[in-house]
Amino acid sequence: MACKQPVSTSGISDKSIFNLTSTWHTEEGKAIQLNDLKGKVLVVVMIYTSCKVACPRLVADMQDIRKKVGNNDKVQYVLVSIDPETDTPARLKEFAISKEMDGNEWTFLQGTPETVREFANVLSVKYKEISPMDFSHSNIISVFSPGGDLFHQQEGLGVNNRETIAAILQATDH
Amino acid sequence: MKTTILLATGICCSVSCKRVPTQHGTHTPITQLALAPVTDTVKMAEVEGGAYTPFFGKKDTTIVVRGFMMDVVPVTNRRFLEFVKRNPQWRRSNVKHIYAEGNYLVNWTNDTTLSPAMDPEAPVTNISWFAAKAYCDATGKSLPTVDQWEYAAMADAKTKDARYKTSYNKDILSWYEKPNTAGNRVDQTPENVWGIADLHGLVWEWTADFNEVMLSGESRKDVSSDAAKFCGSGSVGATDLMNYAAFMRFAFRGSLKANYCVQNQGFRAVKNL
Repeated sequence: MACKQPVSTSGISDKSIFNLTSTWHTEEGKAIQLNDLKGKVLVVVMIYTSCKVACPRLVADMQDIRKKVGNNDKVQYVLVSIDPETDTPARLKEFAISKEMDGNEWTFLQGTPETVREFANVLSVKYKEISPMDFSHSNIISVFSPGGDLFHQQEGLGVNNRETIAAILQATDH
Repeated sequence: MKTTILLATGICCSVSCKRVPTQHGTHTPITQLALAPVTDTVKMAEVEGGAYTPFFGKKDTTIVVRGFMMDVVPVTNRRFLEFVKRNPQWRRSNVKHIYAEGNYLVNWTNDTTLSPAMDPEAPVTNISWFAAKAYCDATGKSLPTVDQWEYAAMADAKTKDARYKTSYNKDILSWYEKPNTAGNRVDQTPENVWGIADLHGLVWEWTADFNEVMLSGESRKDVSSDAAKFCGSGSVGATDLMNYAAFMRFAFRGSLKANYCVQNQGFRAVKNL
């Protein structure tokens, strides 16, 4: 077990997701902790690549938000898989390319069944595996401040995202 | 001499891997400490594997539950106190709001003292899902899944699946009429056929995957379709009302957030075989 350098926790509140110590793998195959995303406004959704019903719409909603926010290197768009057994880094990379979401502003994360359950519980996202590669899940896009505090959620599909865009832009102004 | 110093430093580095925050002028807060293991000697009973049709889910679905061991009673105040003594990051004054909201262990006198009015052998309550999970991790066990819990709890003293029995349902519903049972000592309710007590009649209990329970929105505010809120919600919904008690449990689970600390909710642990 490797010793890490002392970490300054100034700026991380008691409610910050950066308190979680779970390890994740990105679509590039890189191992990170959520803390490594600190400093940018995070727009986060939980999906899975085999989803045929809602996730394509949720992904389109994320793309629409990205388009309306515009180029802004203070914002990171994060898609966390609820099916970590199927959604390996390679699969996530393939998915990203197919959806033209391979730019630096997009991050896809694979966890473990346990870390995904914990993360979903922080976001109040619900999900249930019906059968392999078939999940029922809530449709929520969450926005976190650069310090990792959840301050806005958009629930549903094809929702008017004006408030979400405003929330993101306001957070990048600080 | 130099070799000894280097060796000692090497040992120190590998033994204490805390991420200590650098803060100036204040006491060092406790962050990210690895869980200290806790020995838990509570009796566990074996629940044989089997299949059952759960109350909540696609109609006529049969779920296979593999055999497992379950604590015969919920985790008590005394056991949880031992856990927080060994794991200061889970004490009331240290715990982070992301893991437990304001009511965490609210009735305890302080971080490591129960209230004198509490029975140490009563179930610990006002603990969040994160805290319950941490206790299980520290003792080398897990929270039961909803399926494991429901499968164990559908038994009465004589029958593995007692849900069709009037007496089974009546007993549970009469519990709802009793005022606060959460302060009662564990193991006072009759054991079921597996030798497990208190699944009914004492406190609600956390499950590992409680957040798989999705109930569609309240009908009074449902103008638009709530199907948009949950992917697949057309297929996963309440089937026949098998019994009112199960509906209560699922409705309760659906209303929870993981950092809630509820006065009449505790937990117990399982070990998968």
